[in-house]
Amino acid sequence: MTERSGAIVMRSGRPVAAAYRKKAIDGRLTALLLFLPPALLLFTLFVVLPIGEAAWYSGFNWNGFGKPTKWIGLDNYRFVFDTRGFGTAFRNNLLIIAVSLTIQLPLALTLALILAEKFRGSVALRMLFFLPYVLAEVATGLIFSFIYDGNYGLLASIYRAFGAEAPHLLASTQTSMLAILIVVVWKYFGFHMMLFIAALQGMDKNLIEAARIDGASRWQVLRHIVVPLLYPTIRLSIFFAVVGSLQLFDLVMPLTRGGPADSSNTMVSFLYNHGISRMRVGFGSAIGVILFVICVTFAITYKRWFMRNE
Amino acid sequence: MRIVRTLALAAAGFIMAAGAAAAQTTVRWLHIEQNPAQVKIWEEVARNFEAKNPGVKVEMQFLENEAYKAKLPTILQSKDRPHILYSWAGGVLKTQVEAGVLEDITAGVGDYKNKLSAAAVEAFTVDGKLYGLPYNVSQVGFMYNKDLFAKAGVDGTKIKTWDDLLDAVKKLKAAGITPIAVGGQDKWPLHFYWTHLAVRLGGKPAFEAALKGQNGGFEGETFQKSGELMKQLVDLEPFQSGFLGFKNQQALGFFGDGKAAMNLAISHHSATQRALAADKKGVPEDKLGWIDFPMPAGAKGQPTDTLGGVNGWLVTKGSPKEAVEFVKFFVSDDVQRALAQQNFIIPTYKGAEAALSAAFMQNVAKNIAASNYHQNFYDQDLGPSVGRVVNDATAEIAGGSMTPKQAAKAIQDAFKQGN
Repeated sequence: MTERSGAIVMRSGRPVAAAYRKKAIDGRLTALLLFLPPALLLFTLFVVLPIGEAAWYSGFNWNGFGKPTKWIGLDNYRFVFDTRGFGTAFRNNLLIIAVSLTIQLPLALTLALILAEKFRGSVALRMLFFLPYVLAEVATGLIFSFIYDGNYGLLASIYRAFGAEAPHLLASTQTSMLAILIVVVWKYFGFHMMLFIAALQGMDKNLIEAARIDGASRWQVLRHIVVPLLYPTIRLSIFFAVVGSLQLFDLVMPLTRGGPADSSNTMVSFLYNHGISRMRVGFGSAIGVILFVICVTFAITYKRWFMRNE
Repeated sequence: MRIVRTLALAAAGFIMAAGAAAAQTTVRWLHIEQNPAQVKIWEEVARNFEAKNPGVKVEMQFLENEAYKAKLPTILQSKDRPHILYSWAGGVLKTQVEAGVLEDITAGVGDYKNKLSAAAVEAFTVDGKLYGLPYNVSQVGFMYNKDLFAKAGVDGTKIKTWDDLLDAVKKLKAAGITPIAVGGQDKWPLHFYWTHLAVRLGGKPAFEAALKGQNGGFEGETFQKSGELMKQLVDLEPFQSGFLGFKNQQALGFFGDGKAAMNLAISHHSATQRALAADKKGVPEDKLGWIDFPMPAGAKGQPTDTLGGVNGWLVTKGSPKEAVEFVKFFVSDDVQRALAQQNFIIPTYKGAEAALSAAFMQNVAKNIAASNYHQNFYDQDLGPSVGRVVNDATAEIAGGSMTPKQAAKAIQDAFKQGN
């Protein structure tokens, strides 16, 4: 926002405003000189340079030792797209996004609408649902790998109680991704729920009261007042869900390591399994660059189209 | 951290200058051994070395097997890299040598290397220079539970051919026993099947030809046949249910708990399965049998050919000379005998194998001594980029998502891409 108003000041160059303008520019210049360099330096050092490096490495056949010397142009990108596992990983990422949007967010929204009310135990329940989010990803992965274990796990004992043989969810190409999706939803719905609850609590109650007085039913209030007022939060929540899915890695590793047969890789775990652990730094960097392009494209389009006014 | 370290260094320096104490050298030693009983002996070795060399401190660091492989390139290029590293030799070692991160210890070891098995030392020699010393050799073969075999009416000593093995698997299944435990999630336990079949089918000439790209490389007949034979076994569903979700440790524990009759193991896993069993006892010595990998029909390899590993310690560039001394100490007669006595290793120090107390390990030692072609694990020998694809592809044969033909092609493609 500040940038834009700055641009307006600069452009509206009428003589009357000249003095004011000069002063404003001076102030802005000082601020710019004071605050821009540290931010710019950090950003360059930790964001721009590594991305540039990755792009540079992606042109080499390089195992990570010493300096890269064997330039192979765009071959690494071709190799990435030729690898069957990458397609699966990409589809898995889309699947995670789809599940986040169709199951996780509605679930979070419903719970938020219920728990935003003040009643006995509502705070305790909020905490309870939020707890999985606090848990470290790797710990969550390990806990669920024990739960899913077909021999000794919780799931196995439940199946046995009914006299059935437990499936090995993590060991089959058909179910490995399902198992991961369950954990993803379980772990992150609490976070989105909290976002919604915060938004609900900050909502202007007068509007709702006014609608009630006008004779709106509970459903009508919800449908035409509460949810529309939640749109900014929902858009934010979707943004987090999508970016989070694209980055998903540390839940996958302890659960399946992307297997069996690359069936449960995300793009990041694919990068790790096929780039880092094979010492193919060039190949891995190519995946990194592709992932970066996808993320940036998404972030910019989404901001442009859906979050314009925020 | 850095400030703390600098201060600590400064303080240490001050004390040394004031007290004129002997200079303290720390040797950082990174290992991946998980068996506590064995690590305990290693710790004693370290303390003994410290006692004999005043002023030297040996610091042990541990990483889990897979984590170690993944972190290795980063570790090796860090300033705080360990001085002594675990190694399986092979292609990975060559890459490290080319990268110049290892110390040439030819001079430091000198004639001492003649006291060790020549073949094992050769594995740590690249272009005539020695970069590490081996402390253990191993063989891949089936370890089996004699009780479970007896229950199914199978005689382990009679299994000589691939068809014998398939028969045994069928009988075990008929008796309601899980024939084989395997750690499919780690993949390399599955690559043993394919690799060993290739060793049997084609012997040394086939592997060397494949490396040169002759006879269709890894897509050639020998390697496709290996996949087909492996698939014969896989089609019998010989593995425990959910085997693709098992890590090797879990599979060894499963075998140790007596829940499966066989495990295609590295010889020293006979000790590991005990440590990983629920009762910490596992399959006891007298119940544990060994089957040399069976010969398929039409095999061109020798029955004496072995697949296995050579494990040793590398010394990294710029390490203090004490690191070399420690590695030499580690492979000395006494230490090797102590480890052999408990059957943790097949020693490389000549004559130390006499200390092996279990008939099981004595037999393996004899096999290795008689072998003219000891093939290192493919996933180490071919280097990480191709080796991992061998692991992937063979795990996919086992999981049914790749045909033997596709698997062989995937490996050859990786070999051609070469990065």
